[in-house]
Amino acid sequence: MVALTLPTNSRIKDGKAWSAASDSSKNVKRFKVYRWNPDDGGNPKMDTYEVDLDSCGPMVLDALIKIKNEIDPTLTFRRSCREGVCGSCAMNIDGTNTLACTMNLDEVEGDVKVYPLPHMPVVKDLIPDLNHAYAQLESIEPWLKTSTPAPERERLQTPEDREKLDGLWECILCFCCTTSCPSYWWNGDRYLGPAILLQAYRWIADTRDEYTGERLDQLEDPFRLYRCHTIMNCTRTCPKHLNPAKAIAEIKKLMVERKS
Amino acid sequence: MNLRTPLSRVRHLGSAKDGTHHWWAQRMTALALIPLSIWFIASVLSMIGESHQNFALWAGGPFTASLLILLILATFYHAWLGLQVVIEDYVHATGVKFALLLLVKAACILLATIGVISVLVLLFQ
Repeated sequence: MVALTLPTNSRIKDGKAWSAASDSSKNVKRFKVYRWNPDDGGNPKMDTYEVDLDSCGPMVLDALIKIKNEIDPTLTFRRSCREGVCGSCAMNIDGTNTLACTMNLDEVEGDVKVYPLPHMPVVKDLIPDLNHAYAQLESIEPWLKTSTPAPERERLQTPEDREKLDGLWECILCFCCTTSCPSYWWNGDRYLGPAILLQAYRWIADTRDEYTGERLDQLEDPFRLYRCHTIMNCTRTCPKHLNPAKAIAEIKKLMVERKS
Repeated sequence: MNLRTPLSRVRHLGSAKDGTHHWWAQRMTALALIPLSIWFIASVLSMIGESHQNFALWAGGPFTASLLILLILATFYHAWLGLQVVIEDYVHATGVKFALLLLVKAACILLATIGVISVLVLLFQ
């Protein structure tokens, strides 16, 4: 059966409480952050940090960096661009998968609960192991494939054909959508998930690519593609406001189109 | 210990090159069931209080019998396709999964056959 409850060694316990706010600070917010260290052999814990928002930037990532700099340097998370283009700081904040760098603290009422992306193996604290997802990306061969010899100049595309890639090329591969999908939680070993299927469609929709049929062949599978049950969590959670569910529906339409 | 590379694990046994027919059939039977179910429920409701004989007479008419058989086939085909997906989603132990898939398929075929034969009995009475 699928794992409907957490295994004993993954049950979350109460952790330490840290306060950074001095007595004079008035604008204090509490952060409850998932902590797990592979080296101490213990269960994951929820640590509580109090942060003075008057001396903190506006985003959740600013608060996490402040915690790491000023309260607890052992707190571990990925971050890079701090402006929503790299996808490194994807995590589950206030019950939703999103990017810590574009999630405004004003949007969270009460305590800010921060977990790593759901149902992925955890490397440490807020860092999920994405090796399997990256291998799935590699499996759909996300690059332009042609048999026609390379032209002397750019491969041409009409503006209308180029427009077909809008809503697809913007994906930053943060895997917020994939890890929000219950079908991916249960069958992620074989189901490719929304992020990878959107990438697959990005190359299927590209008029310069000459391997559309082979790409569809590779996806036509009860698990790789058809584990999508249009749950729509992907589209709801995407921090870039893209629509992976629509991309998957387009692939399914093409599958029917080439049979009739 | 698993020393296979992540890509090898993802590629696994390759694409089954199947699934489109299943997906399309599930949607087509769903579409067919909308008018068939409405017709069936409305007909049965309109016959509340009628005698068993009148009901058998209604079900034994060639038009009604044809629609009833279509309803039965669409229902159990749709049920089989849907339950298959649920089992594949949630049951991961190979043996149990295989047994449940067989059981559901057998049950759907059996129930559909009983239904169709029953309508035919009424038709030729």
